[in-house]
Amino acid sequence: MIELRHLGKTYKAAGRDIIALDDINLTIEDGEIFGIIGLSGAGKSTLVRCINLLERPTEGEVRIDGRDITLLKRKELLELRRTIGMIFQGFNLLEQRSVLRNVMFPLEIAGMPKADAKDRARELLKLVGLDEREGSYPSQLSGGQKQRVAIARALATKPKYLLCDEATSALDPNTTRAILSLLKEINETLGVTIIVITHEMKVIDQICDKVAVLDQSRIAEQGKVSEVFVTPRSQIAKELIFPGNRKEFGDHGGRRIRITFHEAYAYNPVISQMVMECQVPVNILFADIKKLDNEEYGHMIFELPVEERDAEKILAWLKKSPVDWQEEV
Amino acid sequence: MFSDTFIKLWQNGIIQKGIWETVYMTLLSSVLAYLIGLPLGVILNVTDKDGICPVGWLNRLLGLVVNFFRSIPFIILMVAMLPVAKLIVGVSLGNKAMIVMLVIAAAPYVARMVESSLKEVDSGVIEAAQSMGTNNMQIIWKVLLPEARPALTIGAVISMVTILGYSAMSATIGGTGLGQIAISYGHQRFNPDVTWCCVFLTVLIVQIIQEAGTYFAHKTDKRLGG
Repeated sequence: MIELRHLGKTYKAAGRDIIALDDINLTIEDGEIFGIIGLSGAGKSTLVRCINLLERPTEGEVRIDGRDITLLKRKELLELRRTIGMIFQGFNLLEQRSVLRNVMFPLEIAGMPKADAKDRARELLKLVGLDEREGSYPSQLSGGQKQRVAIARALATKPKYLLCDEATSALDPNTTRAILSLLKEINETLGVTIIVITHEMKVIDQICDKVAVLDQSRIAEQGKVSEVFVTPRSQIAKELIFPGNRKEFGDHGGRRIRITFHEAYAYNPVISQMVMECQVPVNILFADIKKLDNEEYGHMIFELPVEERDAEKILAWLKKSPVDWQEEV
Repeated sequence: MFSDTFIKLWQNGIIQKGIWETVYMTLLSSVLAYLIGLPLGVILNVTDKDGICPVGWLNRLLGLVVNFFRSIPFIILMVAMLPVAKLIVGVSLGNKAMIVMLVIAAAPYVARMVESSLKEVDSGVIEAAQSMGTNNMQIIWKVLLPEARPALTIGAVISMVTILGYSAMSATIGGTGLGQIAISYGHQRFNPDVTWCCVFLTVLIVQIIQEAGTYFAHKTDKRLGG
């Protein structure tokens, strides 16, 4: 279990204090895939680096399995880091080492005999589906293959935790999906707890159990992915869930209603029913359906007619119906 | 076509000996300059404020020393360092003393060369190694130096060519080799063919070092798929 308690990080730059993280409180349970989402500059990368102390927090505690690691001696910290794997947006493979020797690297550091390290590295390359490329060099691999090597390398020392810092941001959509499935598989088969840092909602949708939304150095909200998706409370979460600038919807002067579909409702033709029964047209601005925890969830935003009488008709219909809705401001 | 002096020099094996002396001085000085310059360059890199172990005062101090030696023209440095050579090897004349000069002049140059080669190593790769629990020594030996190998090799070639040039200059205060033959037999005894022969041989040696070094650097650079 990873617990962050009142975590804060302040940089000094040009004589001014710059707050990168402010009073972060998170609990990541064993076996979870925990997502941390935010826009660039929100402090995500600093936050994930506080978990293995690549960045030292200036305030608060980082407790891993109950132990405050900010108090560890240098040598203890180096040993702890072997139990926390990490992968990066830029893959960060050793360019002058073959694929096999890249995966052997952390084992060499841990002092494992070469022959054993070789066997273990081959085992891992098989796991990520690259056992036939062990003699290749990183420059000969595609982005997705490089990230697979990086995953194999991160898992070499059998870590309990895996930190992923924008691990799929440099990859195309298909490769992103494949890498995310691999991470999910690793989580399920090896029981590795995974912490995912991203700015893309689709990454969270696809693999995360829980999510924390980071905005301007603070946690805006956190919870199960389905909860945050269905009822985003913070402005930032809404922005991340409804992609694009909301002004792009255009302004026709009508009031906006947001409907959330979940579970059974996801398949009901609610809007059609509403329009037919009220005999009033509405303008659909945004719609999205996702599968989370094996349940379907959907969002739709539509605009009411400018005519007050027509708008009231729709609102009256909505009030009577079991539909989950609210007026957008 | 050739003057009598040239033919005599060749027959007596003086030109051949000159070639050997130049090569020998260059190689030995390069090795010794790297023995000092390589660790110095590593220290300059790791103690930098963006390095893996920032130590501001040490970095500034070493930087100052390196810059001090690098800003003195070699010909002046040689003369100024004669007593130091005497202190170290017991003589202030001949190749032994010249090698001391060459090392003193080249080591700071090598240090800067190494420092800038190591700077080319992607900071992300270093961070990845740190995330695996490497200590600073392991980063130096297993990440910085191997990853910078191609740049280090090219740097070594440039350093050797510079040292070769220095070795020719050392003839003015008693060094031997092709430089000395060019000055005392060619220039001072008015035998331009001897001078040009020394120029040609020096260019040839530089070409060999350059080509061999570049070939080796490319051959071992795994980023190029070699």
